[in-house]
Amino acid sequence: MRTKRVGDHALLLLVDDPRSAVAVRNLVVDLASRPGQPGRAPLAAPVEIVPAARTVLVDGLPGPVAVERWQALLAGVSLHDYEAGRSDPPGEPVTIDVTYDGADLDVVARVWACSREAVVTRHTRTMFLVAFCGFVPGFAYCVAAEPFPEVPRREVPRERVPGGSVALAGEYCGVYPTATPGGWQLVGATSARLFDADRPEPALLSPGNRLRFRATSP
Amino acid sequence: MRALRVEQADCLVLVEDLGRPGYAHLGVPRSGALDKVALALANRLVGNPEDHAVLEVLVGGVRLLAQESVRIALTGAQLPMVVGGRPAPWGTAVSVAAGSLVEVGPGPGGLRSWLAVAGGIDVPTTLGSRSTDSLSGLGPAALKVGDLVPVGPATPHADGSGQAAPARPLTGRAVLRLRLGPRDDWFTDASLAALLSGWYDVSPSSNRVALRLRGDPLARRAAGELASEGIVDGAIQVPGDGQPLIFLADHPTTGGYPVVGVILDDDLAWCAQLRPGDRVRFMPAT
Repeated sequence: MRTKRVGDHALLLLVDDPRSAVAVRNLVVDLASRPGQPGRAPLAAPVEIVPAARTVLVDGLPGPVAVERWQALLAGVSLHDYEAGRSDPPGEPVTIDVTYDGADLDVVARVWACSREAVVTRHTRTMFLVAFCGFVPGFAYCVAAEPFPEVPRREVPRERVPGGSVALAGEYCGVYPTATPGGWQLVGATSARLFDADRPEPALLSPGNRLRFRATSP
Repeated sequence: MRALRVEQADCLVLVEDLGRPGYAHLGVPRSGALDKVALALANRLVGNPEDHAVLEVLVGGVRLLAQESVRIALTGAQLPMVVGGRPAPWGTAVSVAAGSLVEVGPGPGGLRSWLAVAGGIDVPTTLGSRSTDSLSGLGPAALKVGDLVPVGPATPHADGSGQAAPARPLTGRAVLRLRLGPRDDWFTDASLAALLSGWYDVSPSSNRVALRLRGDPLARRAAGELASEGIVDGAIQVPGDGQPLIFLADHPTTGGYPVVGVILDDDLAWCAQLRPGDRVRFMPAT
């Protein structure tokens, strides 16, 4: 696996796509939790493992020595072999109820050359994977687990997208946890709480989760 | 009730501790005190564990009334402090009698100070931290007049060491050591040479998210978009206008502009003290 050093405490792992980033995050979690070899200091565990679209950041290592050990270890790891050796089944998918009345539903229907109803059907029939989070706490970049048509971003972002908006952009689907500026195409809205700092699991959607959207009547 | 009542707050005063490590994959910034060494030192001086929450004072101009007797210590920028009407020393534990005023005023150098109270600032935690995160809005609001700031019970050994701490000289200029990468290959050789030789002015738009700089813009080798990737503390990101910024504690967890280098830990605390108009240059770390 290709890596780049980031300062004295971090490594950037380079991957092909968002799905690989999720797999690499799991791989790093596994490697960090393996018992140390006899006679060798245990491998230092990172504080943060941050997947993104083409990278995974491994951050919060104690110093350059630990960074080099991780770099050497990862240089000899094949993501393909790791994936092939995994047997644990994926967890139950999260279901998010959506009222499909988004302001950009017609735009998406035009881009896909179909009806509004067909957009809803397509969106609700697709299984999504949470690839990574960012932008604001609890905002998840989800990719389809099967072929799914892309949608361009809005040319002019909205100054305020309401919290709970379900939106598409590029290859991603996301839900705005709170009202923020945003340039994604809005297809619907949910009352699900995407982020609540007082819950044991603060984010409803976390990297590696699968999810489905379910249409509710308006 | 052990508390401080805010009588005056002409400046930004935030509660900060070591922040929220471990949640970056959910989009939650680390946050916490901009100088974690000064935070730990202020806590040690009053006998607190190093991770207790303190007050981060920007510029100065705050008056706090002690509801009960407390011990305090000020670290970071050497702002003038007056306790019960008398000048009080910086960098050492100071006793404050019940009903006395603690005044931290603007000073000639530096930008931020950390005021620790024996027992720690005892506001509720959010994701394990009492820090205010100015980017995501997690944590308590900035202090305002009339607030009662709760203080925890001081531990039995809470006399503190009482030793004065070494001060950082603050001259308005700073040389920051960096390690190039991970995306230095996005920039022309001439731009990298300029980055390592020129002076940059600190912009007034700097805050807890980033120290923003103005100087020779960095030019990219080629057009193209970088997919967003994870960001570390001290990352020097270069947006489209070519003007570098240094990410501080409240930085977003991911960013879509290339990071040309990363400031060494020991030099990152300087960034908390640089004022608009101060000057910065970069030096490769050896």
